Amino acid sequence: MSLRDLIDHLLGRQQASATTAKHRLQLVLAHDRSDLNPELMEQMRREILEVVNRYVELDLEGGDVSLETEERTTALVANLPIRRVRDDVPTPEASVQ
Amino acid sequence: MAGPAPVTASSSRTVLICSGKGGVGKTTLTANLGIALASQGMRTAVLDADFGLRNLDLLLGLENRIVYTAQEVLAGSCRLEQAMVKHKQEPNLALLPAGNPRMLEWLKPEDMKTIVGLIKPHFDIVLIDAPAGIEGGFQNAAAAAEEAIVVTTPEVSAVRDADRVIGLLNTRQVEPIQLVLNRVRPKMMASQEMLGVTDVTDILALPLLGLVFEDEQVIVSTNRGEPLTLNGSQSPAAIAYNNVARRLQGEEVPLPDPTKQRRGLRATMRQLMQTKIF
Repeated sequence: MSLRDLIDHLLGRQQASATTAKHRLQLVLAHDRSDLNPELMEQMRREILEVVNRYVELDLEGGDVSLETEERTTALVANLPIRRVRDDVPTPEASVQ
Repeated sequence: MAGPAPVTASSSRTVLICSGKGGVGKTTLTANLGIALASQGMRTAVLDADFGLRNLDLLLGLENRIVYTAQEVLAGSCRLEQAMVKHKQEPNLALLPAGNPRMLEWLKPEDMKTIVGLIKPHFDIVLIDAPAGIEGGFQNAAAAAEEAIVVTTPEVSAVRDADRVIGLLNTRQVEPIQLVLNRVRPKMMASQEMLGVTDVTDILALPLLGLVFEDEQVIVSTNRGEPLTLNGSQSPAAIAYNNVARRLQGEEVPLPDPTKQRRGLRATMRQLMQTKIF
């Protein structure tokens, strides 16, 4: 964030267009580079949430799974707020079946 | 090409000039860089690989001197020396013109390798002007390249397309890939209404080979068919292209800072506003 961005933010002004451009590019490139279509992305998001949800109770509204990219490396970033740990966590033996 | 003895193939370089997006300045860079390298003593060949929409001949002012093209060379109906158009004012530079657009129908990556293989022994460096896009024409042009220069402008669409091209070059193991940031408007960059230099280099993760400011003289020189680097012009773009040529040969030439182009209170304020605070 630059000083201009901060002042814009404090005054409730629209941020400089270069900042917007950078953010939009980073997002679109993460998807371009991963070559995952939105449908597959959504399916993966659902399955990840499903698996994690078996162990801990998640706040499904606040959850977010997205692709981020930096230095030409793309990472899958999951931000999953946990409500509470489940009491009935499946044992390793049970989950093998 | 009668003249200096052929050097071994491995000692000359083959550089692809590409961008993905059209209209960002590939051909202008090829023409100016070609002339600049030649004037700095490099025996330089420029190869127009944009067979569909050829323009390199026009920017170099050689359009009226074309007799044969890459097409006749490949067909074996003329010798390479007959097709290469030597620049009158800069005899170190020669152009191999693109043939008929119908070449697109049959041209294969192997053909490009053949052409470049024929040219290489006679020159120190071969610049290949790639077509826009990432389809067959680009793939053909890339087939014969060892290294690449990616041209982009500080605009979202140009940067996105450049990223695509870089991905393709990576899979082809083209190395090194360097970046030329073209048509930079210092004033807009300073007021953060244009993507900054580090914004672009961070996103594309390429070393910066050159920074070219928006310059009306480029249009004037295009009109005349005389690249800016030909006549010792001291306009900002001419200086930038000459510096790209020097850096390409390994010389260390400092890059300008677009945000420090203007002096005075307003410029100082602009710079202050750009300070990264976190």
